Amino acid sequence: MSENQKGKLAVYWAASCGGCDINTLGIDTKILDVAAAFDIIMWPCATDGKVRDIEKLSDGEIDLCLFNGGIRTSEQEYMARLLRQKSKVLVAFGSCAIEGCIPGLANMNNRQEIFDTVYKEGSATYPENPDDLRPQHETEMPEGTLYLPVFYDTLKTLAQTVEVDYYLPGCPPEPENIWKALTAVLEGTLPPPGSVIGPNTTVCDECPRTRTEKKIKKFYRTWQIKPDPDVCLLEQGILCNGIATRAGCGALCPQVNSPCIGCHGPNDGVQDYGARMISALASVIDSEDPDEINRIISEGIPDPVGSFYRFSLAGSLLRRKKLHTSHKD
Amino acid sequence: MTAHEKESKIGVYICHCGTNISSVIDVHALAEFAKGLPHVVLAREYKYMCSDPGQDLIKKDIAEHELDRVVVAACSPLLHEATFRKAAEMAGLNPFLVQMANIREQVAWVTDDSSGALQKAEAHVAAAVHRVNEHKPLERRSVAITPRVMIVGGGIAGIEAALTLAEADKEVILVEREPSIGGHMSMFDKTFPTLDCAACILTPKMTAVKDEPKIKLMTYSEVESVDGAVGKYKVRVRRKARYVNEDLCVGCMQCIDACVFRKPKFPNEYDQGLALRKPIYVPFPQAVPPVPVIDPKTCLQLTKGKCKQSCVEACGDRNAIELEQEDTVEQFEVGAIIVATGFKTFDPSVMPYYGYGVLPNVYTSLEIERLVNAAGPTGGKLTLHDGSVPKRVGIVHCVGSRDKNYHAYCSKVCCMYSLKLAHLVKEKTDAEIFNFYIDMRTSGKGFEEFYNRVQNEGVHFIRGKVGEIDSAPSNNGEPSNLMTVKVDDTLLGEIRNIEVDMVILAVALEPQPDVDQVRRMFGMSCSADGFFLEKHPKLAPVNTANDGVFLAGVCQGVKDIPDTVAQASAAAAKAMALIDRGYIELEPNTAEIDEEACSGCKICNNLCPYDAIEYDEEKEVSRVIPELCKGCGTCVAACPAQAITGVHFTNAQIFAEIEGALFDAAPAGV
Repeated sequence: MSENQKGKLAVYWAASCGGCDINTLGIDTKILDVAAAFDIIMWPCATDGKVRDIEKLSDGEIDLCLFNGGIRTSEQEYMARLLRQKSKVLVAFGSCAIEGCIPGLANMNNRQEIFDTVYKEGSATYPENPDDLRPQHETEMPEGTLYLPVFYDTLKTLAQTVEVDYYLPGCPPEPENIWKALTAVLEGTLPPPGSVIGPNTTVCDECPRTRTEKKIKKFYRTWQIKPDPDVCLLEQGILCNGIATRAGCGALCPQVNSPCIGCHGPNDGVQDYGARMISALASVIDSEDPDEINRIISEGIPDPVGSFYRFSLAGSLLRRKKLHTSHKD
Repeated sequence: MTAHEKESKIGVYICHCGTNISSVIDVHALAEFAKGLPHVVLAREYKYMCSDPGQDLIKKDIAEHELDRVVVAACSPLLHEATFRKAAEMAGLNPFLVQMANIREQVAWVTDDSSGALQKAEAHVAAAVHRVNEHKPLERRSVAITPRVMIVGGGIAGIEAALTLAEADKEVILVEREPSIGGHMSMFDKTFPTLDCAACILTPKMTAVKDEPKIKLMTYSEVESVDGAVGKYKVRVRRKARYVNEDLCVGCMQCIDACVFRKPKFPNEYDQGLALRKPIYVPFPQAVPPVPVIDPKTCLQLTKGKCKQSCVEACGDRNAIELEQEDTVEQFEVGAIIVATGFKTFDPSVMPYYGYGVLPNVYTSLEIERLVNAAGPTGGKLTLHDGSVPKRVGIVHCVGSRDKNYHAYCSKVCCMYSLKLAHLVKEKTDAEIFNFYIDMRTSGKGFEEFYNRVQNEGVHFIRGKVGEIDSAPSNNGEPSNLMTVKVDDTLLGEIRNIEVDMVILAVALEPQPDVDQVRRMFGMSCSADGFFLEKHPKLAPVNTANDGVFLAGVCQGVKDIPDTVAQASAAAAKAMALIDRGYIELEPNTAEIDEEACSGCKICNNLCPYDAIEYDEEKEVSRVIPELCKGCGTCVAACPAQAITGVHFTNAQIFAEIEGALFDAAPAGV
């Protein structure tokens, strides 16, 4: 983009919570610098913008698209494909777009089970849903046919749907990292395409706690123990994912006695974040006795998927729990 | 995603292995399949790929077709990976651009279903082709080797190995846990089948060990820890307090005479407790070194702190007695280690039906060895417990051997030593002798002839397993030494009760009780029988899985003296071959740590079985010491940050291999 011609910026959300949008605004007054550099042509959370206007753009006309959220519905898939087509640079923005994040944990269930939870057992339809109504793709009304997006069995990541140029990790990405990424775009100092924007080392690198060689005899959940503020949380038996999680957050959680839960995802080259964590912990459990090892694991880690795949299930090698019934989507 | 710029050219070679592979797998169809795989420019099949013409095929193709990668589908890489790597190297190709697909052991040998075998062989070949495409050329590095060998165990195996190495002018450290070298062989009177006097042939070797300047002899010492790897082991040896200074002692033994215990009072372990010794003693007259040892459990000064110390007085100006002595630990750096830790004999007291430990005249074979030995507790006179001469002696074979309740294996030497004892006992006592055997196993040079000789001497042979040994009913109230040996005589087909007055139990040879601890210390495994496991039962019988550690003697499996000596010589030669070239080539497939990606989380540091990971406190990162790394992959798997890569086992290579193996699998539906 030339100096006096502003670039075009699109920000989009799919299956996400909105935290990414909020943290984007967290760059405070620097948002004015962004507005000065870009025409913000779409940002559902903050500005107006119509899909039909995007459809009218020529391919690659958008200079930068920050896409947060995973792909759960047909509409989200359409928007991902559309924005990919129209954007020069597509950034998978935040954990949901990169690896599925919390919405991706629903890959432990299928659509039927998710709908049962939400419309039958859950509180969304409080007090009750006596007719067991479910969202339909097509609904005939006197005025004509209404359409809702198709809800897929499986949440996919953005990169499982379209080609992605960059990845900005975090749940949500920290404002300072968002600003760094935007600066890199504006100054043309982006790393090679396909890169994760952030350091390639793990949270331990930024964690001020003292570390020694690890041997773990018992795992504690956070409410079971008052941690020593100066010693590595994992060494105290608290399931801290910092060892496997990409740095860049400044070890925010461990600094306030809370274990890293892994929102920045893995380092470069890791095929499966959860498997890395499991393999690492299996190596330092301090027992040679299979029964004792079983006990240490089953008592201390009651929810392995939630502990090790909290953010990464959809993007992992596993992707999801096996589907027994297939649906026509 | 390939790891290299230019399009690779892969040659695939399918081996028939005579008919080992081709009788099950359609090798022609397999070659045709291989031609269709990505980057494969040619695929051939040949009767014996490992033969010279087979290897020439590869070399020629590398030159003519500019192959830059090779896949050989043949046997296990354990057998011929080195062969084909070398062939490639001779043709100017980096040897690590060769990959093997094991279609013999893993396919042809495990099925006779031809169509299934072809399909599986295709998967193996496809996996290898996909993998080799991701290979990178690697260079071997060489490091200096410490030209010194440690031998653990000073029995005939250790002695022979030590002397062989010293003869070649190599430095040896010989560690023996007992106060003297010599081991079991020094306990025997005669050896089968030649009836050589054991002492006559062994003691010159023992003395030679002591006098050999190249050998550092450490008796009453035990290896405490082994660190490092082949070429540079760091071994810590604990020298137990002997309370007699070996350098000052001249072996006059006056201290023993002077001991306040006028008479020997404590059982001599060396004599199987059949003779007594003083608190200060030498285990046997020809002990090497000829230096007494003080037993801290029985010496008055060392137990009660009160003794007039007449031994110190007797030693006089030589001042060799050091009652203040403590254990010392020394560390040695050695390039290779020979483990020759021997065996123990089976304790038959766990078989109450044989009466050992209850009936006074039931002995183990090792006890009889001492009793018939001229240097033994009785000066070679064989008597019953009451001093009378035995008249009828039963020798029970296979005690603890060939018995699923104890040891399933045959102890191999018992038939022959039983014949030897039968001969010696007959010679000394003219008793009537009964051998109770299951099968006579006398295969060996001169063995069958010796068996015939003993038969001709009138020794009885009864084929059958002894069920029970009991004291015979008393003879009109007269005390009697008689016992009844109840045996199922399988040749007569009846149960017989043979009366004898002495029983010799031909006990099994079994692994030392601390075999598991020793195995761990030296990085070895044990086979199912509990003895140390050799690297290959036929082709590497003295090597172990740990490159610089070799085996000699019974610690590897039961064998007689000639076999032990032969194996000890072989182990010495292997150790020499290793250290003599001065350097070793390190396999390049080690682990590598990317210091940028390493956060110093300290997950890996405790895990390395070879202590090859060091921690840089300043940079707060871990680092692999390539000389020590064996490329086992433990740290690679454990590193949560993917900062550690297994060279030649990268993610790209492994996933490519998986992709190839699943070439015909339907894509997973999600």
